[in-house]
Order: sequence, then C-alpha cells, then structure tokens
Amino acid sequence: MTPILWGFSILVVIAILLPITYLIIRVMGAGSDAWQGLLRPQMFETIARTAWLAIAVTTVSAFIAVPIAWLTVRTDLPFRKMWAILTPLPLVIPSYVGGYLFASAFGPRGLLQQLLETLFGVTRLPEIYGFPGAMLVLTLLSYPYILLSTRAALSKLDPSLEEASRSLGYGNWSTFWRVTLPLLRPALGAGSLLVALYVLRDFGVVAIMRYSTFTRAIYVSYTSFDRSQAALLSLVVVLVTLVFLFIETRTLSRTKYFQIGTGQARPPALIQLGYWRLPALLFCVTVVFASLILPSGLLIYWLIRGLRAGEVIPSLGLIAWNSISASAIGAIVILLAAIPVVILIVRRPNKATLLLHRITYSTFALPGVVIALALVFFGANHAPWLYQTFPMLLLAYGILFLPQAMGAVRTTLLQISPNVEEAARSLGRHPVQVFFSVTLPLLKSGLIAGASLVFLTIMKELPATLILAPIGFKTLATSIWSAVSEAFFAQAAAPALLIVLMSSLPMAYFILNEKNVE
Amino acid sequence: MTDSIAVHCENLIKRYNDTQAVNQISLDVKTGEILALLGPSGCGKTTTLRLIAGFEKPDSGRIIIGERVVADSITFVPPEKRGIGMVFQDHALFPHLTVFDNVAFGLRGKTKTEIRSIVGEMLHMVGLLSFSKRYPHELSGGERQRVALARALAPKPVLVLMDEPFSSLDADLRTEVREHVRRILKTIQATVVFVTHDQEEALYMGDRLAVLQKGHLEQIGTPEEIFHESTTRFVAEFIGDSDFLKGKIVKGGIQTEIGLIKQLVDLPLATQVEIALRPDDIDFQIDGSGNSLIIERFFRGAFNLYRLRLDSGQILHAFTEHTRILPVGARVQAHVNTDHSLNIFSA
Repeated sequence: MTPILWGFSILVVIAILLPITYLIIRVMGAGSDAWQGLLRPQMFETIARTAWLAIAVTTVSAFIAVPIAWLTVRTDLPFRKMWAILTPLPLVIPSYVGGYLFASAFGPRGLLQQLLETLFGVTRLPEIYGFPGAMLVLTLLSYPYILLSTRAALSKLDPSLEEASRSLGYGNWSTFWRVTLPLLRPALGAGSLLVALYVLRDFGVVAIMRYSTFTRAIYVSYTSFDRSQAALLSLVVVLVTLVFLFIETRTLSRTKYFQIGTGQARPPALIQLGYWRLPALLFCVTVVFASLILPSGLLIYWLIRGLRAGEVIPSLGLIAWNSISASAIGAIVILLAAIPVVILIVRRPNKATLLLHRITYSTFALPGVVIALALVFFGANHAPWLYQTFPMLLLAYGILFLPQAMGAVRTTLLQISPNVEEAARSLGRHPVQVFFSVTLPLLKSGLIAGASLVFLTIMKELPATLILAPIGFKTLATSIWSAVSEAFFAQAAAPALLIVLMSSLPMAYFILNEKNVE
Repeated sequence: MTDSIAVHCENLIKRYNDTQAVNQISLDVKTGEILALLGPSGCGKTTTLRLIAGFEKPDSGRIIIGERVVADSITFVPPEKRGIGMVFQDHALFPHLTVFDNVAFGLRGKTKTEIRSIVGEMLHMVGLLSFSKRYPHELSGGERQRVALARALAPKPVLVLMDEPFSSLDADLRTEVREHVRRILKTIQATVVFVTHDQEEALYMGDRLAVLQKGHLEQIGTPEEIFHESTTRFVAEFIGDSDFLKGKIVKGGIQTEIGLIKQLVDLPLATQVEIALRPDDIDFQIDGSGNSLIIERFFRGAFNLYRLRLDSGQILHAFTEHTRILPVGARVQAHVNTDHSLNIFSA
C-alpha cells in the first residue's frame, strides 16, 4: 500500500512544484542583465508599497477586530448576538467585488460624486484610487480574519484568569491590558498573518484601485509583454511568502505554550459598559454599515439599474454554467488528489511524510497571479499543447487549492481512530478493502465539506482564471472583471450577486452550527 | 486565635433566573480560622464564596470584611478593592508569565527590591524557590497549586478564599498537598474560607465547617459537632454516610428493629423517629436466628465494611476489624454498639 501512496504523492508534489521551480530556475539562470531588474527603483517601490499596504491594513483591521471581538463576547453591548453574526459576514465578498462596488460609489464620476453634484455642485471628490481606496476596501474585507481568531480565543479564555487578576487588585481596564490582551496575542498574531497574506495575495482590490503592489505589478508587466520583469517580481513574491510562512510556523509552535488549564467552568459575567454603551454601539453600526450594508446596497442598486436598462447579459446562464462546471470538476479532481497524500501523512507519520506535508502546504500562500504566470512560462516553453487549455487551468487550481482540500480531509481523517481500520484488518480484510468499506464511508462528511469549500473558492478565483482560461471561456469572476474594467458597473451586478450568494452558503452553515454548539 | 470576626455575612440572597443559588445565608468567620464550606454540587457553596470575593453581587444581604461593609443594598466594593487572596479551582496561573511574575503580579506600588524579597519569601514558603523562572506549563499539578497559593498570599490579604483548591489534583497528591497547605496557612495565621464537596477534606482542613444544601446553611460548627451532633437529617446523611433506622419512643429509650436503644430523648412516648447510624455504631455476631443477613462485604484494607439487610428490608452498614471475615449470606444478630449519643430525627 505504502509504495503506491508514495508514488502517487510524488506525482502530486511534482505537479505542484514544477511550475514554480521552473520559474525560479529560469529567473536565476537569466544572467546578470535580468538581475539588474532587482535594483530598478520600480522594484523597491513595489516592495515598499506592498509592505506599507500590508502593515496598514493589518494594523487598522486589528483596531477594528479586537474591540468588536471583546464587545461581542464579554460585554452587555445591545444586540450583542446580532453583531456577533453580522461582523464576520464581509468574508463572503470576493475582493474584486468589494473593489468594484467601492470604486463605483466613490470613484471619479461615481455615485457619491453624482449625488453631491446634483445637490451641491461638487465636481471633484478626494482621490480614492491608490493607497486610500486599496487600504479602506482591503481592511473592510479582511478584518474578519482577526475578528474570528481573537473571538475564538477570547471565548475559550478561562474566566478565572481575569478573576485572579481582579482578586490581586487590578480593575477591569488594567486586567484587560495585563492579562487578557497578552493571552490573546497568539490568536491576534495568527489572524494578522492571515490578513497580511490576504493583502499580499490580493489581486482584485489593488487592480481596481490601481495601486501597484506585487500582484498588480506582475499582471501589468505580463500584459505589457515585459515577461522577464513579471518573472522577477514573482520570484520576489515567492521569497516574501516563504518568510511569512516561516513566521507562521514560529507563531504556531509558540501558541502551544499558551494552552494550559482545564478550560472554562462557568461563562464569565458580562462587563457592564455603562456610558460606553452608546459609543460602542455606534462603532459596531459604523463597521457593519461600511463593510456589509453599503456594499450590499450598492450591489442591489446596480442590479436594479442594470435590469431597468436591460443590461443584464443574456449569456449569464452560460457563464454561470461555465463557473459551476469548472469549479465542480476542479473540486473533485483536487479532492481525489488530496486523499492518498493525506492518508500517507496521517497514517504513516515520519520525517519523510512530514516533509511531504510541508511541501504540499507551502503553496497555499502564493498569489494566483504568480502561479498562473509560472504555468504560462512552463507551458509556453515545454508544453505548448497544454497552454490555454482547461487542464492547464485545472492544474493552477490544484496548486492553489490542494492545501485547502488536504486540510479538510486531514481534519476528518484525524478523527477516525486507526484502531477501526486495524479492527477491519484483523477481521480479514485487505487494506484496499478496508479503505473502501471502512475509511471512505467514515470520511464522507469531511470529503463533502472539503469539496464544497474548494468548489466555492475556485468559483471566486480571479487572476489565474483570467490569465489561463481557454479563449472565450468566461466565468462569473472574469465577466465581473471585464465589465468593471470598462466601467460597466451595472453589467457586473448580476454575476457579483450570484457569487456573493453562493459564498454565503458555507458562512450560513457555519453560523447555524456555531449556534447549535451553544 | 483571637475571637474577633474577620468576615460577617448576613442574610445573603443570590438568584440566577429561577434558581435560588444562595438563600438567606448568615455566617461569621473568625480571624485566623479556616472555615470549610461543604456540600454537594449546586448547594450554593461556590456562589457564597464568590459573593464574599466580590465576583457576584448579592440580591440582598450584607457582607462585612474586617470593619468595612463591602456589599449591602447601597454599597458594592469590587473584588480588586477587597484585599482578598483567591486560589482558584484550576489554579488560574497566568500562562504568559513566569512563576516569579505570577507571584509578583499582585504586588503593586512596591520597589523592585521589596518585590524580589516578598516573592522569594513566598516561593521559599511553598518550597518552589528554584522554580521562579519556569512557566506554568512546565509545572506539575501540585507545583501549580502551590504557586497559586503563593500568588494569593503574597499581597498579605486579610482573607484567603479557596475554591475547591485540591480537586484538580490526583488523589495521592491531594493528601500531601493538603497537609502542606494547611501547615502554611496555620503558620501565617491566615483567615481562610474554602469550598469543597469532599467531607474528608473538610474535616481535615476546617477549624469549622459550614454544611450547605440547596442554598441553605444547614449547620455550622466544629468538625466534631457536625459529626456527633448533626442538627438535620441532611447533615447526618452527608457526613459519615449514615443509614436511617425507624424507631418509636418508649419508656427508657427507643424501640427499633434491632432492639432497644437506651438513649433518653425529650419527645413524647410513641413518637415515630429516625436514628442516624454510622457504620462504626453497629456491631453484629453470627446467629442462626439473628435479625439480619450479610449481603455484601467490602474489604477496605484497615477494616471490613459489611452491608446487612434487616428482615424489613432496611439496609445497615457496619465496620469490623480487617481480620474478621464472614461469609455473604450468613444470618447475624445486629445491634447498636456505641458509647456516644446518636442523632435522632423525628420521622
């Protein structure tokens, strides 16, 4: 059994690593001329812009998310449960949809300006394109990552730790700074890292807001046929991502030390906000309005305007079908590839499988633009018959989302005791029979969950689809993109709404489940 | 031990939704004594402790610590201003701080030198001086327990509160830590209120015991008083695992199924009563025409515990020496064999 699993896993690893490795080798071997590109001022500017955006978005997100987490878990904030449900919801808005809606409202000749012009004769608004717009939209879309991780940590926090601090003479406020916040640090770190990676990977917002971080710079270089510059930028992104991943493994290994104690015995008493109730409420209202109500309102507005003008594209059905079929095929293929690798990693834990685990997870943080570009390079030079075909797109999805599928399968497999499989062996079944009669049925729910997650992620994916899709193959994501780049905002509304609704399904499921647990 | 009152609780009431967690509890803690709050889970003992600590606000009633009213209908002093030291059930050590910093946490407004000397003194007292640089996750359960105690004692609190402090320890460790902790508390003459559901622990640790049930204070007194002069049937049942035997007041004592018990009771003749009998109050001999059957024997090492069934179906338990082994099914004659008076309750 094991050699077969290994053989398969090595094939998967090759498929995943080949394009990126090829990209790296080619850039490295391109000679000193290409290396000069690294020293161009444009390179430094891109690095500085990306870093600045990532730092700003992460910081502002933390300042939004930590207070909301604390308010919704620990205080008598009015309508606490409702805010707890509403505040993570911006996660379902893909970044390019968010970018599109904000640009349509606040951009030059956008809704706000038109409105102000009719009312007050205002003809110019402060520039939204560039850093301010990118930062605003990315923050509103990604703060839920920090919110969810700190909220989970906060509700698992043993209330007697805070009580101990109170009994030792500290009030609510100093207890928060001296005990609660330090204990939340690992969760805050993990959430912040997710936000920073989100910014690093994001293509939609920075492209629409015309702020040249790495992903946009790569895309622009690629479309202007400066491929060596695009490759060089990609290489830098790969290196930056590796640094991030290193930080992540360090944080993860440190969080272990924070988990002691027997968990919470009683729910903590809610802290009375007193005259802070109104400011706290106002804060939540503002965040939910800006991150959720405003985008939904805009989306509905554009949809209605599009319907009235008869602009809803008649080919929406075909486009939706393209999206659904590509995502479904992708989800199934990726999941099938994930199963044997995960079985090997979980059931034969040793140094070699640990390495396998690390390698297969390493691509999850890479931007879709970089993966797509690597595949373009590889395809153009060594597999022209694959270039701009559906299998090539599938391969890109595989590289991007295999880690996600593996995560889902792994969680389920870890819950199945190996004793159950050994029991079946002892009753005379061959390992293969054991897999089909015992393991697979038990894995079913995890596989379905993993497949739906991958399905939705593929459906939302933009840059790789944009670059690699066969000519004429339009999906919901790419049709939003092309409508928005030509400022046909009403045309983008229908596919955007479809995508948002689809991505809301797992969120709704998650919320319902969380409530059941309570 | 002086007889001044360190804590005074008066008619405390605390409700959660529909349940009356604490119902009209009044009790005093004397300076320098260890008071054990004892009772089954849900009896209100932890709520009482948390009311004294200030983590809960009483619905009505009054709490005075020292000379100061800390809770009544108009006053509520928050926990950080009550000068208490609390030891939590799961120790609640701060996982992000070292042992030293945990113990130093409550020492505010002191110089570094003072802090170092107090923490050193505390860690020395609990025997963990060499552990000061470790983190809580690097300690065993017993060590964490002692750090928690040192942390609570460091600011020299006027009152030490302990919430089931030994329940998270393994049984063999518990006895050892318990002895150590009692010795420390007695050395520094701390005033202590501690909560437990374990009667043996309460008897061992407490100078006095307060037995609670369903939010009520059933009885408060020394361990001996609680054991020998239980004022309610619940206390007699909870402490020392009593069986209850029916009887009738007659001239010269109480007539029961196992004979006349010669104890004078101030009740009218023919009153139906119940007598609380503990296993050490009963003895029996093999007797083919006796009043009961041996239905089970449990070997407990130092003694044998027999379970007897009287002909009426009533069950009694009896201790005998560990060498006296009798077969299950044997008919025996059981009788009361004790030189102290028994607890009698009207049926």
